[in-house]
Amino acid sequence: MINSVQPCYQTYPFKPPMNTSVNMLTFPRLLLEHAKTIPKRPAYREKYLGIWQVTSWESNLEQIKQLACGLASAGFKRGMNLAIIGDNRPQLYQAMVAAQCLGGVPVPLYQDAVAAEMVHVLNDASISFAIVEDQEQVDKLLEIKDQVPNLKVIIYEDPKGLKDYVQSFLHSYKQIQTAGEIFLEEHPEFFITELEVGRADDLSVILYTSGTTGKPKGVAHTHQNFIRAGQNSSKFDNLNYKDDILAYLPMAWVGDHLFSFAQAMVTGLTVNCPESKETVMADMREIGPSYYFAPPRIFESLLTQVTIRMEDAGALKRKLFELAMNVAKRVGSDILDGHEVSFLDRVSYSIFNLTIYAPLRNALGMSKIRVAYTAGEAIGPDLFRFYRSIGVNLKQFYGQTETCAYVCLQPDGQVKYDSVGVAAPGIEIKLAPSGEVLVRGVSVMQGYFQKPEATAESMDSEGYFHTGDAGIIDKDGHLRIIDRAKDVGKMANGKLFAPKYIENKLKFFPFIKEAVVFGDGKDAIMTFINIDFDAIANWAERRHIAFAGYIDLASKVEVYKMIGECIHKVNIDLAADEMLSHAQIARFLVLHKELDPDDDELTRTRKVRRGFIAEKYAPLLDALYAGLSEQYIETKVKFEDGRDGSISATVQIQDATTVKGAV
Amino acid sequence: MSANPVQLTEPNTVLRLENISLSFGGVKALTDISFDVHEHEIRSIIGPNGAGKSSMLNVINGVYHPQAGNIYFRGEMRKRMDTAEAARQGIARTFQNIALFKGMTVLDNIMTGRNTHMKSGFISNALWIGKARNEEELNRHKVEEVIDFLEIQHIRKTPVGKLPYGLQKRVELARALAAEPSMLLLDEPMAGMNVEEKQDMCRFILEVNQQYGVTIVLIEHDMGVVMDISDRVVVLDYGKKIGDGLPNEVKNNPEVISAYLGTSH
Repeated sequence: MINSVQPCYQTYPFKPPMNTSVNMLTFPRLLLEHAKTIPKRPAYREKYLGIWQVTSWESNLEQIKQLACGLASAGFKRGMNLAIIGDNRPQLYQAMVAAQCLGGVPVPLYQDAVAAEMVHVLNDASISFAIVEDQEQVDKLLEIKDQVPNLKVIIYEDPKGLKDYVQSFLHSYKQIQTAGEIFLEEHPEFFITELEVGRADDLSVILYTSGTTGKPKGVAHTHQNFIRAGQNSSKFDNLNYKDDILAYLPMAWVGDHLFSFAQAMVTGLTVNCPESKETVMADMREIGPSYYFAPPRIFESLLTQVTIRMEDAGALKRKLFELAMNVAKRVGSDILDGHEVSFLDRVSYSIFNLTIYAPLRNALGMSKIRVAYTAGEAIGPDLFRFYRSIGVNLKQFYGQTETCAYVCLQPDGQVKYDSVGVAAPGIEIKLAPSGEVLVRGVSVMQGYFQKPEATAESMDSEGYFHTGDAGIIDKDGHLRIIDRAKDVGKMANGKLFAPKYIENKLKFFPFIKEAVVFGDGKDAIMTFINIDFDAIANWAERRHIAFAGYIDLASKVEVYKMIGECIHKVNIDLAADEMLSHAQIARFLVLHKELDPDDDELTRTRKVRRGFIAEKYAPLLDALYAGLSEQYIETKVKFEDGRDGSISATVQIQDATTVKGAV
Repeated sequence: MSANPVQLTEPNTVLRLENISLSFGGVKALTDISFDVHEHEIRSIIGPNGAGKSSMLNVINGVYHPQAGNIYFRGEMRKRMDTAEAARQGIARTFQNIALFKGMTVLDNIMTGRNTHMKSGFISNALWIGKARNEEELNRHKVEEVIDFLEIQHIRKTPVGKLPYGLQKRVELARALAAEPSMLLLDEPMAGMNVEEKQDMCRFILEVNQQYGVTIVLIEHDMGVVMDISDRVVVLDYGKKIGDGLPNEVKNNPEVISAYLGTSH
């Protein structure tokens, strides 16, 4: 049974009440609606003391009401911002709505940030109220309280370890709710009156960018932004109140706010909060979410676990698994996409589905998944196809904090591993002459919080948001992200040069650890390859190729031949693309030393520093362009014990096989 | 460090040992030792290898029976007693060389700590009816609270034998806590741990002491830890008591220094 060929369409339960015009629709109003129409359905599940505790929509409303009134009695008012810090907890999601009910704006912060990093955000958003998870976060706030003059009230959810804290500005979540109950008795109309003042174009949340360049900027979104993004994306994948999602990524991240907050509030689906960071995988197996997001590295580590376990399995099991995976690789994706497949293949796929794929999906906690998404970085084609071939409907999307993470989505049946999908409903995309992706539509932010200059820099007069990503749109309207716009260059003939795109393609081969592609302002594209020593050593052993060490292995004729084949495949890929067929790799060499952050060749996050490498290995680069077949080079290295030394080698250079372009 | 509000009033002695002597054949393990333990304090026993620290703990929870001396627990003089009796009186302990059931899961191991709190009979347990069922739920709830307290949710269903040493120590503490003891005897809870694991363990010991008011008797070799978290320290050497008092007093006691650093006799 392939669960997503024809997803069974459930009627979308929520219809805005007749008297609610579109510009009145806010998250608190959605809450009221769900508490009325699906009161007994679970809004949240949280594993506590080993048991999944359920909060229904009905009691969700009650709890939020108490919290909101408690906040009001403590002095929280319309127009204030509420900091929220902690792991994914129902109480913290409730705090977001509670703030919105009062006309305030929730500001989730990254819970793993150190105290000093929080100072900027807390001051920038002029935070006076903070709701945090536990002692850890309270301690951080106490540490920096002197630097955050506005901070007046800190509310903690988990009282563990906080018994002896005597500060008068510290309150437990329970205390605030109790105060709220009393306040509510004295002012029975307060909550609903406040809630009804809310308008769709009020701010609903401020999300801070991660701040890789400069200080984090607050991105201000309205209720309408996130509700429209939530509605459209939910409709796109037929999400409804029966779906389950696992909320385990930081609450401050825009993706979590879209999936676990906006979509949940729009459709009434159930948000499941794992017990702790360490138990996420076990909790996922228990819940069996129907809707799932993970960055590529999580999918990769899951696959690695499967591979390792299969290597330990008996010979018969291994053989069966191999057979099953061959069938899956051949026809799995096609069956998932509803394409034509021969009768025989269909039969063998369904047999293996019963015996292998379904138990495997179960072991991964993916047996109920209807839709799974990945995003954030390029995902390897083999990795992507593995999940799709065993019947997990894995897709990609594209978006950023400024666009509610809602710009492009891959429709069912039109999934390509190297694209991020088509423009989502309600969104227009276009490319600037520089290749930069521009976005306009329902999900585009109002602006950066209190930073009109930064807003003006990234939004143009026509309302397009400049993403800073360079992309190309293919003939089916699919967007492909190729690099950060500032890293994209031009070749001597003026054609597009996107080094990271080519490097990623190279790095998808397990034998290639790093690749550095050159060609900005040149007439041909050259590349340095760094082999993956472990993978190639293993490969060489199986072929009885003797080698003495890294330098020796890197210079083997057989290795050059194999890497040459990998590059040939990349060139075939590039040639098929009319935008990039000119950008094929002309010549390559295999570096005699591993690129290393200690030698400043990579950043600490393992990104290649192209300019630095070009300078350091200038003789090699010159030799590539001069057409030589080998070049002697001596390089300084830093050994792990801190001593300096140098290694020298004569590096071979080969021509790559290029392919005639499609054009 | 662990200043306890309870102690501001007259300290309440829960355990008093008077002139305890213990020997195995001709070997004198403990000679004429007296000291007391106050309610809610952290009392450490330190000393070089073979000083008789573990023997002392074994005397307190009834594994060994001293040949001479009296033990008063909560005002009553103890007659000959066994370990089960000690457990019923609210004394729980952990061991120097971890004594867990290696093949059982963490959860099951901790459940065994609830043993003294299970009252229902054989039949109702076998049939899983009435009292047995409620009791199991109640006990499981208590165990889950301990799991939450010690932050070991992620290994709940893992067999203990598969866990690294530091976590096994934590599981052992969990089992002792599950018994809801009023006094906890810890035999080298931090042996073989790295700095981070030691910090965690210190935090847990302090919290057990402060949040739940459990009296703690602790044997530990890490002097930094002992001096930081103890209210009072007793020092043994060759089975004799050579020092007793606040951490600072003990640290500056010349006899203690010579026992630890060695002097030319």
